[in-house]
Amino acid sequence: MFPLGIEPYLIGGIIVGIGVSLIYILTGLHATQSSFFTTTLSWFSKRRHFQKERNLQERSWRLFLAIGLVIGALLYTLTFSTTGFWTTSVQLWRLALGGLLVGFGTRLSEGCTSGHGISGLASLSTTSLSAVIVFMGVAILTANIVQLVGVLP
Amino acid sequence: MNRQNLVVLLGGILFGFGLAYSGMTKQEIVLSFLQLKDLGLMFVMGGAALVTFFAINVVPRILKKPPFGDQFKPRKAAISRNVIIGAVIFGIGWGISGQCPGSAVASLGTGNYWVLIGLAAMFIGAYLRGLIGEK
Repeated sequence: MFPLGIEPYLIGGIIVGIGVSLIYILTGLHATQSSFFTTTLSWFSKRRHFQKERNLQERSWRLFLAIGLVIGALLYTLTFSTTGFWTTSVQLWRLALGGLLVGFGTRLSEGCTSGHGISGLASLSTTSLSAVIVFMGVAILTANIVQLVGVLP
Repeated sequence: MNRQNLVVLLGGILFGFGLAYSGMTKQEIVLSFLQLKDLGLMFVMGGAALVTFFAINVVPRILKKPPFGDQFKPRKAAISRNVIIGAVIFGIGWGISGQCPGSAVASLGTGNYWVLIGLAAMFIGAYLRGLIGEK
């Protein structure tokens, strides 16, 4: 069940929580990720869906959040990481197809692992709880089917 | 850069550091969780949600408003068909690729440049969402 122990997971999760909490306490904003795609598209698309007032208000801080995520992971890789820089061995077609569904699905659902999973659950939102149960269940089912038909890792 | 963006940047750095520390930036580790080989990953979302629970539910009772913001924004969304259908589609994508939005962005910082393909696809997916309906 826990071949690598639970410490790295729990400690990592607590650090994530501290980052999200810091942002909420000081700014009142929910540091969630999937909206970043929609708000960033507002710079490139004139469609009403992307030009909504809220997207225009949020697009700048959401860009800073994304930059922060990259810098944070870079700092970890340069300091505590035992493996250093790496690249995934997951096939490119899986990254592309999976990414397409993730982008569409999270925006339709208006939340992802951070939006529904962290901020939503922490807010005791039953909507987010339902979304988390559905995407976790479907992801576990999908990952096992993919493995079963012989696509690895 | 205004103070709000600076706070978001610093918080984002902690967020990204934690994601990398927990291994979520490695699609292989996420897949081994989804394949039920290593269940440790549930402590990432659980630990993060628990810490955030106190920030969201306790702090607004002490502070009237955030130092660098207008208000403590509630996260409220009514359940709808889109929330559930979207979650199903997201789950399929997550299960196929081991990528979710936050971990994919952070993964760039670990040198995993292939995830740019996943991120480009996520932008296309988000764009397609914008095409099918104004809300």
